[in-house]
Amino acid sequence: MNHDRTLGNRLFDWVNGTILLLIAIACVIPFVYVLAISFTSPAQVAQGGLILYPKEWSLSAYRYIFSTDTLWRSMMVSIYITVVGTLINLVFTSLMAYPLAKTHLRGRQYILLGVLFTMLFSGGLIPTYFVVKAMHLTNTLWSLMIPAAISGFNLIVLKNFFQQIPDGLEDSAKIDGCNDLGILFRIVLPLSMPAMATFALFYAVGHWNQFFNAILYINDNTKWPIQVLLREIVILASGRIGDTDIDDADIQPLTIRMAVIVFATLPILLVYPFLQKHFSKGVLLGSVKG
Amino acid sequence: MALDSTLARPKPAPTKRSAIRTLMRDILRDRWLYLMLLPGIAYFIVFKYVPMYGVTMAFQDYKPHLGMLNSPWVGMKHFERFFAEPQFWMLFRNTVLLAVYNLVFFFPMPIILALMLNEVRSGGYKRFVQTLIYIPHFVSWVVVVGIFYLLLTTENGVLNEIIFRLTGEKIAFLLDPDWFRTMIISQSIWKEVGWGTIIFLAALAGVDLQLYEAARMDGAGRWRQLWHITLPAIRSTIIILLILRLGNFLDSGFEHIFLMLTPTNRDVGDVFDTYVYVKGMTQAQYSYSAAVGLFKSVVGLGLVLGSNWLAKRFGQEGVY
Repeated sequence: MNHDRTLGNRLFDWVNGTILLLIAIACVIPFVYVLAISFTSPAQVAQGGLILYPKEWSLSAYRYIFSTDTLWRSMMVSIYITVVGTLINLVFTSLMAYPLAKTHLRGRQYILLGVLFTMLFSGGLIPTYFVVKAMHLTNTLWSLMIPAAISGFNLIVLKNFFQQIPDGLEDSAKIDGCNDLGILFRIVLPLSMPAMATFALFYAVGHWNQFFNAILYINDNTKWPIQVLLREIVILASGRIGDTDIDDADIQPLTIRMAVIVFATLPILLVYPFLQKHFSKGVLLGSVKG
Repeated sequence: MALDSTLARPKPAPTKRSAIRTLMRDILRDRWLYLMLLPGIAYFIVFKYVPMYGVTMAFQDYKPHLGMLNSPWVGMKHFERFFAEPQFWMLFRNTVLLAVYNLVFFFPMPIILALMLNEVRSGGYKRFVQTLIYIPHFVSWVVVVGIFYLLLTTENGVLNEIIFRLTGEKIAFLLDPDWFRTMIISQSIWKEVGWGTIIFLAALAGVDLQLYEAARMDGAGRWRQLWHITLPAIRSTIIILLILRLGNFLDSGFEHIFLMLTPTNRDVGDVFDTYVYVKGMTQAQYSYSAAVGLFKSVVGLGLVLGSNWLAKRFGQEGVY
């Protein structure tokens, strides 16, 4: 890059850096606000204004939302579909991506074309709903995991990633009597941890944020993931959770909404820093073009 | 995602019988690989191809108790009804307008932001900004809409309070139909602009630094370097993403719009997807909404194939 320290260049860097900082702040300040309100006392919230840190702390909102079963139940549902669903994703995707990475495999182009076509054209909402229903998955948590077992996009990126692993490693395992399944699990996957971590994050974010499929496939509100509950509370603005009414003067509907947002967001944000270091390696391998 | 054109190693011109024999031998040799493919293939057949077959219900009067095989065929009836519907043009306009706005206002943003990040010299500062701008991508649309809702509502929303203090008026961002598209696009930008930079930053990282050096020798300033080296270097990435974007041109972000719809903004907010949901799932008009969905899928497929063809004509690589 350019290293001339002329006035124009320095001014450019300064302006550019400032704009970027403002953009970065705009990306996180709403979260800071939400977090601050959720911990602020009802009295201070009632006065209004932009609160970026609580002057008077209060845990009443959190105490309230955890006094009901609803939030815990939804939380457990979300954790369950995220963990189990992501495992299903990773196993299904890597099982399919590995053979497709072998260029000598007969018929692989046809399978790849078949996958590609599903990325261009789909049966749409209604026929898919009937398939899920015919499989007796509706109103079970499986309906949130099985129909999304493989993303065609991730599959192709992972296939490209596997293709870059040198064949020599696998050949030596084969000579030692390992079959292809063993090679995948003992050699290829351990070598692919950055990529697997990245895909795990992508899939996990999808599951955790899943909302519409739950509305579509699940009637039983005890099986609602947290996002559906969140919509009820924050957007449809009932301001209360499930069974208990708010009659306590110590509770502000606003702080409760904020506290629920915090709880629906925190777990997935906590995973991000752990996997972030893999992004640069993981995401770009294979990249869009293949 | 170009498919590999490299086939298996070349074989000495085989007779028909020996070709079959080598085929059998190859399949036997790779039996484990084929076995591993089975769950995935089964998945794509059941959850992707069976629904594609299921669009035949758009040409039937689908009755759940008769199933797809026995429901009576009615030809193009549902399509004719849809095109004659006064709502057709409203849905068409809403879907296309949102798509165009997305293309014009959203699509260039990650490119601009990536170019700005690329000009940052301090690696630490760049990483700091990147870490922060990726964060909104990880939250759900429910959270995004919820946060905007709480910030913008006329009942004590912070931003509206500030606007009120400055102007003495409040703006019903969330209820006023005139604000609907602006809201949708700004929320999309806020959530995804940072994340969208990743792919462009990757492309930028691959640019040969000697090119910049050479350009400086020739007296090119920063803007000229941007114009003549950086932008051409990421041109193919931009075009591929543009084609992919056009393929999803009519997918206006269903969850997002679904969450933003209120009774007051349906006239500007209803799109093909939400219409399919309402007619199909809440009013049980299965065949009709399957027809609407099929119409959308076919137009989407046509758009991506068309734009890919155009890209190739203009000497670019294209996706397929």
